[in-house]
Amino acid sequence: MVTQISEGLKAEVKDLNFYYTHHQALKNIHLQIAEKKITALIGPSGCGKTTYLRCFNRMHDLYPGNRYEGEIILFPDQLNIISPKIDPIEVRMRISMVFQKPNPFPKTVFENVAYGLRVRGESRRSLVEDKVEKALKQAALWEEVKDRVQDLAFNLSGGQQQRLCIARALATDPEILLFDEPTSALDPTATSKIEELIMQLKKEVTIIIVTHNMQQAARVSDYTAFMYLGEIIEFDKTDKVFTHPSKKLTEDYITGRFG
Amino acid sequence: MRSNRLRYVTQSVAKILIWIAALSTIAVMILILFQILREGLPILRLSFFTQSPKSMGREGGILTPIIGTVALTVVAIIVATPLGVGTAVFLREYTRESRISRVIRFGTDCLAGVPSIIFGLFGFVFFVIYLNMGWSILSGGLTLAAMILPTIICTTEEAIKAIPYSFREVSYSLGGTKWQTVTRAILPNALPGIFTGIILSVGRSIGETAAIILTAGSSLVMPTSLFSPIRTMAVHFYILAREGISMEMAYGTGAALILLVLFVNTIANGLLNRYIRHRS
Repeated sequence: MVTQISEGLKAEVKDLNFYYTHHQALKNIHLQIAEKKITALIGPSGCGKTTYLRCFNRMHDLYPGNRYEGEIILFPDQLNIISPKIDPIEVRMRISMVFQKPNPFPKTVFENVAYGLRVRGESRRSLVEDKVEKALKQAALWEEVKDRVQDLAFNLSGGQQQRLCIARALATDPEILLFDEPTSALDPTATSKIEELIMQLKKEVTIIIVTHNMQQAARVSDYTAFMYLGEIIEFDKTDKVFTHPSKKLTEDYITGRFG
Repeated sequence: MRSNRLRYVTQSVAKILIWIAALSTIAVMILILFQILREGLPILRLSFFTQSPKSMGREGGILTPIIGTVALTVVAIIVATPLGVGTAVFLREYTRESRISRVIRFGTDCLAGVPSIIFGLFGFVFFVIYLNMGWSILSGGLTLAAMILPTIICTTEEAIKAIPYSFREVSYSLGGTKWQTVTRAILPNALPGIFTGIILSVGRSIGETAAIILTAGSSLVMPTSLFSPIRTMAVHFYILAREGISMEMAYGTGAALILLVLFVNTIANGLLNRYIRHRS
């Protein structure tokens, strides 16, 4: 029932079940994540898309009682990232995340971007400076902040703060970048900047994005998975999902009949 | 209509009561300061601060009690801050709500409610006699540390609680360990709160008498080490007044004590504001 994709894979999810203590939030999820493509997760509130996204960097490990079953295989080394034997920190070193609301630390612009490098023990100044600059350029923020990298991050606008958070997530060269509704707290101008940026970034990194906004999924993504009540209802190339959905439920959702 | 008028009457009465409450507080504060400073300020000359007390404190200055106060407070803060901050971090970050955390919290709550003389008695039995430290700066400082520990734990815990959860998630999502998250994302943001706890503790240490007489003694001799007995300003004040040695000198000491507290608070506030401004 789930479409197999023919491109290079970055990750493959097999029979994933996830439980918040006794409540099962994800049911038998199978999904393939294409390398250096954008995969969008859409669906109504509470369908489990954010829960699913947060499995990829083991964020659920921060809270008691959460339990994973199944496999998320990361390529090329075929690491099962949700295996209890794998240290979540190791996973998070390779897969970083941009959150719903811009959430810079109360530090300078520079130190925000450098955070991931610092926790990896990187202390060579010139290397940190180069990586911070590169990440800020990748996040299309460098031109706006190059003269004030020592300013506090809170002084930036909301859209700039979110791009700063993207730079922060990029600075450590992740293999997968997770976006959890990254534009839901932003105005339309800032939103379109972030969308452009996300499309640029897929040249370098595999992206999974949760979004509430169907136009956004249609605009930016290569693949779309429609989720409902903890299950994947439909997964296919984005234009296929939005033009010829194979399931009635998908069609109802993308035409706005519910959600 | 009637109930509406009642609302306005209630509102005016409440406003008056609240004003009375605030003004009485200020009045009491001003009365105390006025009384002590009126009697004490004339005594304060430079020599009062630079000379040791002579003939039991009838003459001379209060240099040794000042040193005693500072020494005991410094020892107490140096010992209690890492312990208290560590405990708070443990309670908030390293353990979930469990039997252990409840026992620790119950323990600190009890500790906070224990009268200082009980701490004095404990310090006397444990540090002075059992550990054979004698009446000394160390015994007194450790006793004070035990006394202020609950304050530091509580204010640090509150400060950590107020930090948005997103800071933790971001830190972990970037590959941070728990320790890195605590030291880089949590404690720097909790620092103002921790500072408040330290300031409150300094105030309590400076003002303490009963526990100190039992553990640090009341010697007027210039201390030479951590094991020397010492008299603090508050103890000096108490003895001068209680034993009728010199009310004049007692007021002088009281005034100096108030100035010291004001001084410490001003410096601490200045430092804190500079820290906050530096970060925002």
